Amino acid sequence: MSDLTNLPIAAMRDGLNRKDFSAKELAEAHIRAVEGARTLNAFTVETPERALAAADAADKDFAAGTAKPLSGIPLGIKDLFCTEGVETSASSNILKGFVPQYESTISARLFADGAGMLGKLNLDEFAMGSSTETSACGDTINPWRAADGRNLVPGGSSGGSSTAVAARLVAGATGTDTGGSIRQPAAFTGITGFKPTYGRCSRWGTVAFASSLDQAGPMARDVRDCAILLQSMAGFDAKDSTSLELPVPDFEAALTGDLLGKRVGIPREYAIDNIPADITALWEAGRAMLRDAGAEIVDISLPHTKYALPTYYIIAPAEASSNLARYDGVRYGQRETPDGGNLIDMYEATRSAGFGDEVKRRIMIGTYVLSAGYYDAYYLQAQKVRTLIKRDFEQAFRECDVILTPTAPSAAFPLAEKMDDPVSMYLNDVFCVPASLAGLPAMSVPVGLNADGLPLGLQLIGDALDEEGLFNAGYALERAAGFSAQPEKWW
Amino acid sequence: MSNYRIEGETGEWEVVIGLEIHAQVTTKAKLFSGAATDFGAEPNTQVSLVDAAMPGMLPVINGEAVRQAVRTGVALNCEIHKWSRFDRKNYFYADLPQGYQISQFAHPIVGEGEILVEPEGGEPATIGIERIHLEQDAGKSIHDQSPEFSLVDLNRSGVALMEIVSKPDMRSPAEAGAYVRKLRSILRYVGSCDGNMDQGSMRADVNVSVRKPGGALGTRTECKNVNSVRFVEAAIAYEAQRQVEVLESGGTVNQETRLFDPARMETRPLRSKEEAHDYRYFPDPDLLPLVFDDAYVEECRKTLPELPDTKRMRYIEQLEISPYNAAVLTAEQETAAYFELLLNETALKQGKDAKDVGKAAANWVISDLFGALNSEGKSITESPISAAQGAELLALVADGTLSGRLAKDVFAIMLETGDDPGKIVEERGMKQVSDTGAIEAEIAKVLEANADKVDQYRGGKDKLFGFFVGQTMKATKGQANPAVVNELLKKALDG
Amino acid sequence: MSVDADTVRKIAHLARIKLPDERVEPMMNELNNILDWVEQLREVDTADVEPTTAVIANRLRWREDEVTDGNVQEKVLANAPKPLHGFFAVPKVIE
Repeated sequence: MSDLTNLPIAAMRDGLNRKDFSAKELAEAHIRAVEGARTLNAFTVETPERALAAADAADKDFAAGTAKPLSGIPLGIKDLFCTEGVETSASSNILKGFVPQYESTISARLFADGAGMLGKLNLDEFAMGSSTETSACGDTINPWRAADGRNLVPGGSSGGSSTAVAARLVAGATGTDTGGSIRQPAAFTGITGFKPTYGRCSRWGTVAFASSLDQAGPMARDVRDCAILLQSMAGFDAKDSTSLELPVPDFEAALTGDLLGKRVGIPREYAIDNIPADITALWEAGRAMLRDAGAEIVDISLPHTKYALPTYYIIAPAEASSNLARYDGVRYGQRETPDGGNLIDMYEATRSAGFGDEVKRRIMIGTYVLSAGYYDAYYLQAQKVRTLIKRDFEQAFRECDVILTPTAPSAAFPLAEKMDDPVSMYLNDVFCVPASLAGLPAMSVPVGLNADGLPLGLQLIGDALDEEGLFNAGYALERAAGFSAQPEKWW
Repeated sequence: MSNYRIEGETGEWEVVIGLEIHAQVTTKAKLFSGAATDFGAEPNTQVSLVDAAMPGMLPVINGEAVRQAVRTGVALNCEIHKWSRFDRKNYFYADLPQGYQISQFAHPIVGEGEILVEPEGGEPATIGIERIHLEQDAGKSIHDQSPEFSLVDLNRSGVALMEIVSKPDMRSPAEAGAYVRKLRSILRYVGSCDGNMDQGSMRADVNVSVRKPGGALGTRTECKNVNSVRFVEAAIAYEAQRQVEVLESGGTVNQETRLFDPARMETRPLRSKEEAHDYRYFPDPDLLPLVFDDAYVEECRKTLPELPDTKRMRYIEQLEISPYNAAVLTAEQETAAYFELLLNETALKQGKDAKDVGKAAANWVISDLFGALNSEGKSITESPISAAQGAELLALVADGTLSGRLAKDVFAIMLETGDDPGKIVEERGMKQVSDTGAIEAEIAKVLEANADKVDQYRGGKDKLFGFFVGQTMKATKGQANPAVVNELLKKALDG
Repeated sequence: MSVDADTVRKIAHLARIKLPDERVEPMMNELNNILDWVEQLREVDTADVEPTTAVIANRLRWREDEVTDGNVQEKVLANAPKPLHGFFAVPKVIE
């Protein structure tokens, strides 16, 4: 990988400003990296022409002194964000060939700030998965390899994003996080991923999975790069009724690394059985790092933690079963009409052929838990437990400013290992899901390597709307951890 | 309560009717998108990407729809729910792009209320309102344009509807008809729905069951999308009779959705196999609860006009207008508005209290104006005679310028030309002559020319008085004031 | 609670997903596996707990009643599998 692609966004920004290199050179270096990494299958669509066009515009802006916050920064966009004129399939066969006539608010904001697009990034179909193996566009391969040389999953659902950032194919990427889809893949690939407070980032134009949980966020090399990207992504959008009408703080300015007077909560319920010793040890080390940065470590309790995952696996499929009803072959996407078939036959054939197994499974579960006679027992009960989970956090944040946990219960695992056991796959998100249910901002920071030389991350959870405090805690952890390992280029 | 009964072989049957009225809320834009709502546009032109349910599109609510629903609820004396919520009603249909309809299932914006109806020739009845909720309309599927395909137009998709659900309180087709008419009248007064049933801005789902009087409720059927008052009545009458026949021949009524066929004036089951519905309602996670305060409800209340029942009572009590005339004048807001303008102008022109000119104004609107409009098939808003012109005409009669007969002539000319009555009278010299000198001169001529008849009259043939009146009127080209003619003739003949 | 094969067929039809006969039993087992696992939620006492409506405090904003959108027939139909005379065509429906 060239020197240019190895720079963090902050350094690219400085270099472009100083005219050490042009945006065109930066874009070209990344385009070469993308072309050289097709083995990883991180992209569903490559759009070098878009990256070059943005670079040209950026170079003009730098020459004219009118550069924007992200001028010339080449990004990858998760293929859940609708991009005008560029196929957006959510990695599903049912949307194959769908070319949006509109630009999602998130990608539009990034492009308006000068960023370029190298392409669309692979994901689990409709963001349903934790390994990017449910994608209809093939598996994405983690650039980190197991000691035995086996291919590993990059996490999911934002696995194309995590791989592209970790392999230095893009300067940064957008992700979406419904129950860990930014944080877990970030941890699996040794990068930083940030999920803001629910409502900070507009959902308009992003293919919906579970509306009450979906949040966009940045995935990048480090904490500062995430702050830079979120600065452009976040903000009120009148087109999204759940968008928060609040000013966006200066995230980068919050990065002091000073945690003096801050309390870091350690939730005892996250010490669950069957967690590898190296993750437990990493969590211990993380406490020490934050203590060294000036923080006080306090034990806290989040009593309903064990119910978070089952709660999530009722609410998310229920919402998804309804959100995915629009994929019916009438107005866009694929259509299958059996010979002589009527409208219902067309629906059933289209949806059966268009959706993959995991998506079908979740639609089935969601349909069942909402159906007559079961709503109260499942969906209503889950929404009540969700209230209790949210209350747990409200209690906890009276005693601490930020919460530290592992991001995932394991390092990246080999391809195909968990595909036959949905519940074990779901357990990947055990630490991520509670913050999602409570709508809280949370991030994963790479902190160390396990015995096999694979990256591990720690999760920090902030109080609602306290992205600044969370970023700063992440920054302190990052500085203390000094994580600089990179996957060896084998692709 | 109605005494409507169906005479079956096993005795009398009572009909139980509930109506769900879908009323299109008068808004420029749709309930959750900024696309227009005008009727009759080219297919799929009044459609935003939200209405077409493109991936990632999100709903944002139109405040005007909320306001109109609250105003309607207040007008119908309903409970207003300051906290309500939108739910998704999930089902698949070609003209339902999202795969769900955004509606209010568990927590509607408006709760219970009531409405007074007076069926023609029947007893007045109070019909309960169960609830009013806001929801999206679906698109439209056209089945007869292509042999192979149904064609989907989403122009109506997402248009704001109020679903007004009655309690099963109606007992006859006439009562149901009166309910729809009354509801339509109130919605039009409030301005929350144009009530245009031809264009589908008001449709009724008709629920009918039959039972032995006072017995347990029977199984009901539902006729969907009935689009005129007459059809509502016909659907009920047909359906009730059919159910009685089914039950009396030992069958059972199926709980089913039926279609009303206006060509045959009968109902029939849907041809497509009906699926067991399971709508899987749940709160729409794209939206937050709909919340407002008492002050907002008060604001809505303040913008309501005087409603038909209040207006009618005022006409009867303060203007001393007959109950029948008052009902006719208040049934449509436009009529009442015309009448009140006419009344004010009339009172002003004649320097009298409104109550002293009310009856005359009411009579003129109902017999003269309505007669003329009906024969030309025009509505009151299309009247060629303005309220001010009507008031001027009435004033000309009141001050003796025009006799009743002349007024009718002038009215006919006004209808044709649209001219002011004063101008017509002036230009055509149609003024009534009350000048005694001029009339006396004409009388003298008439008596002189008919000396023989004068003798006969004076000899006791009283009936000839009418002949002299006629001759005098003829001599004055009908413009003589008949009262004056009478008086002067009496004086001249009886001396 | 666990689902039987008939329920699986019913749910698949409600969701408009064609489930070939040989997929019914595997799907049933997968669903029951998941349902058994979420069953643990029953042990939580939620007697006086309100279900979550808005996870982060927020209020519903109302739009002005203005026509700001529409008149984009081309965009609406751009991805249609079977556009016809400005409509979306689907297999004929008999009512």
